[in-house]
Amino acid sequence: MSATGGPSVGRAPLRLLLPALLGLVVLLAPLLALVARTPWATLPQRLADPGILQALRLSLVTATIASLLCLLLGLPLAWVLARIAFRGRSLLRALVTVPLVLPPVVAGVALLTAFGRNGVLGGPLRDGFGLTIPYTSTAVVLAQTFVALPFVVISVEGALRGTNQDLDDVAAVLGADRWTVFARVTVPLALPGIGAGLVLGWARALGEFGATITFAGNYPGSTQTMPTAVYAALQSDPEAAVVLSLMMLLVSVAVLALLRERWFGQAAR
Amino acid sequence: MRAVPAAALMIILTAVAGCAGGTTGGADGAGRETLTVLAAASLTESFTELGDAFEEQHPAVDVRLAFDSSATLAGQVVEGAPADVLATADVRTMRTVTEAGATAGEPRLFAQNSMVLVVPAGNPAGIERFADLEGSTYLACVTSAPCGALARTLLEANQVATPPKSLEVDVKAVLNKVVLDEADAGLVYASDATAAGDRVQVLEIPKSSGAVNSYLVAPLRESEHARLARDWVDLLLSDRGRAVLRHDGFGTP
Repeated sequence: MSATGGPSVGRAPLRLLLPALLGLVVLLAPLLALVARTPWATLPQRLADPGILQALRLSLVTATIASLLCLLLGLPLAWVLARIAFRGRSLLRALVTVPLVLPPVVAGVALLTAFGRNGVLGGPLRDGFGLTIPYTSTAVVLAQTFVALPFVVISVEGALRGTNQDLDDVAAVLGADRWTVFARVTVPLALPGIGAGLVLGWARALGEFGATITFAGNYPGSTQTMPTAVYAALQSDPEAAVVLSLMMLLVSVAVLALLRERWFGQAAR
Repeated sequence: MRAVPAAALMIILTAVAGCAGGTTGGADGAGRETLTVLAAASLTESFTELGDAFEEQHPAVDVRLAFDSSATLAGQVVEGAPADVLATADVRTMRTVTEAGATAGEPRLFAQNSMVLVVPAGNPAGIERFADLEGSTYLACVTSAPCGALARTLLEANQVATPPKSLEVDVKAVLNKVVLDEADAGLVYASDATAAGDRVQVLEIPKSSGAVNSYLVAPLRESEHARLARDWVDLLLSDRGRAVLRHDGFGTP
């Protein structure tokens, strides 16, 4: 089933190669510029800044929790979309996709109206239990989950659809109930795709900025993640913003490379 | 919250520069010119009104206004954003621009702003004095922004030990969260409190005499409309400009 590396049908046409090259430049030039502008001489002492480490730690912890939440909620949702035929399924899928195309700052406003101190849900929560969500790390996780969940659902649904459904049926005929089929057949078969979806969700959560700063706020230690720290630093110290950005870049690349081995490697096998 | 608008701003500014380049030549169109003014978020109401006044005085000119935190705008100007005028909410921020050689002409002082404490209408958290901030959910700007630097000075002067719950990136974000009652109180400029009208209640801040931010305006080196840029500065310093600014809660020199 290989399309690449197959029999050659002539040279790759220039009208495709040129835009491809241009696309590559658009993608890589800003990243290379970031590396070029990095103040390497003062880098070690800047990285040792407790504020940076604090923001990095908060980012990693919240993004990880958010992506696990996405798995917990997104896998069942994806399964419903992939395996259950019901009226309004395409409508449901469209609804799931809405946050995907929503500008993040709008997502922040939406979250505020829902879970803010006077939000539709946040108001009763505050009056009834004395719980307020904004300005807490919980709000950061909530914002990240909100924006990352569609990515996870859509890609996991694709993975579930990609598995051979006949095997589900075989297992069912052999007496497995629907949960057993899900846990023992469907999920193991779709595991590489689920992993890829999870990584995508994690990356999206790690980079979340607009919804976070609108809904959760910006305070070092509790709600200041790497992206909000970059923005705050840009206000006073552009060099610090470059350092923080470089760090984000390295973390993202490192984690993607690491997970690639484990998950995408399997998928390619 | 500002990444998307900032990116959009860059695109708009680029487009403006492109248009402006075409129109100054007067080759096509109705020979319209566009004056791009970058201003601190706290100037939103005043500059919007003055923009209309400016367009009345200059029928062939469109005024394009962009509001953001002073520091963000200053950073964009230093990086070469094509704009004609910059107005910052403090001296320190303007200095970073003049030191980078991005201004054309000496910055002029045109307004002053003091800081007040605002609480949501009805004051649900019962904040009666500045000292009541202790233990409350209140907001201020990031200390790198002029409004945040001033807020920190006042909090220290009054020995408030509870830190703000969040350091918002500009003063309008602080104000809006107070208006929405997403915070018990917020430190904003007197002009912002005026702009919010009866959606907030205003409390004086003790030991705040002399704690004012000075607003500076300067034409920019990148400007292709030096004369219009000077006209804008003149408008700010004119009686009309001062009347608008005072009406909006600013002090004027």
